[in-house]
Amino acid sequence: MRKAFFPLLLVTSAMFAYAPVVIAHADYESTMGLVQKVMYFHAPSGMVMLISAVVCGVASALYLWKKDPAADRVAIAAAELAALFGLIVLVTGPLWARKAWGVWWVWEARLTMSFVGWLITVGYLFVRKYGGPGSDKLAAGLAVFGTANVPFIYVSVNIWRTMHPMTTVVPTLQPGMRGAFWFSALTLFMLYGLLLAARVHLERQRTALDQLYLAEED
Amino acid sequence: MMRRLFLVVWLMASAMPALAFQPPAAQSEYVPVKDLPPVDQLPAAPLLVAAYSFIWLAAMFYLWTIWRRLGKVETDMRALEQRRSPSRR
Repeated sequence: MRKAFFPLLLVTSAMFAYAPVVIAHADYESTMGLVQKVMYFHAPSGMVMLISAVVCGVASALYLWKKDPAADRVAIAAAELAALFGLIVLVTGPLWARKAWGVWWVWEARLTMSFVGWLITVGYLFVRKYGGPGSDKLAAGLAVFGTANVPFIYVSVNIWRTMHPMTTVVPTLQPGMRGAFWFSALTLFMLYGLLLAARVHLERQRTALDQLYLAEED
Repeated sequence: MMRRLFLVVWLMASAMPALAFQPPAAQSEYVPVKDLPPVDQLPAAPLLVAAYSFIWLAAMFYLWTIWRRLGKVETDMRALEQRRSPSRR
C-alpha cells in the first residue's frame, strides 16, 4: 500500500482537478439549473460520511468484542474522516439550498439527522482526545450508537416527505448526468481510501512510539 | 328553456379545450433582474465555486494535518532511538 500511495494520490488529485470539466459538461437540471451541479460532490460526500460512520461503528464493535488494537486504529481514523466529510456535506448542502430553496437551512428530517450524526462523530473524537484512560471503550460504545443512526439518515427522506430530494434520485439519474456523478463519486471514494490508509498509518506509528517509550522506561 | 340551457353548457364545454391550450400570454413589460425576488437574483456560479473550493481546501488541509502529525511522531521516534542507541553500547 505504501508504494501505491503516492501514485494513487496523484491519480486522485488529477481526477479531482478534472472533475469540474466533467461536471460542466453534464446536463443542466430543469428546475434548479447551474446550482444543482453542487450535487456531484455533495451527494458522494454524504455517501462517504455514512460509509465512514459504518466503518467506525463496525471497527469499534470489533474492538469491544475482540480487544483488537488494529480495529481501534481503523475506528479512530474512520471517525475523523466521517467528521471531515460530514463537515463538507453540512457546508455544501446549505450553499445549494440557498439558491434552490431560498434558505440556508431547514430543520427537516434529513438535515437534522445528518447534523446529529455529525455531532455524534465529533463527540467520539472529543471523548478520545479528552476522555482520559478508558476513553477508547467509551468512545467505541458511542460509535456503535452512531452507526445505528446511519440507516435512519438514509431512509429519512423517503419516510418524512420534505424539500430534500429522495434516495431514488441517484439510481434514476439520466445518462447525461450519470457519468459525471459516478466520476465524482469514484474520485471521492478514492480520496477516502487514501486518507483512511494515511490516518491508520499515523495511528500505527503512534502505537510504535508508545511502545518505544515503554521499552525505554523498562 | 332547458334546451337553451343545454346548448349554452354544450358550447362552453366544447370551447374548453380551445381555452385550455391557448399559448402563454405575451410579455407586456420587461422586468429588471434587480426587481426579482432575492432568491431569483442570486447567481448560482459563486455558490457552486464556493462549494467545490471548500471541498478542495478541506481535503488538502486534512492531508496536511496527517503529514504534520506523522512528521512529529517520526521525529520523536528517531530522537528516542538515538537516545537509546548510546545506552546500549
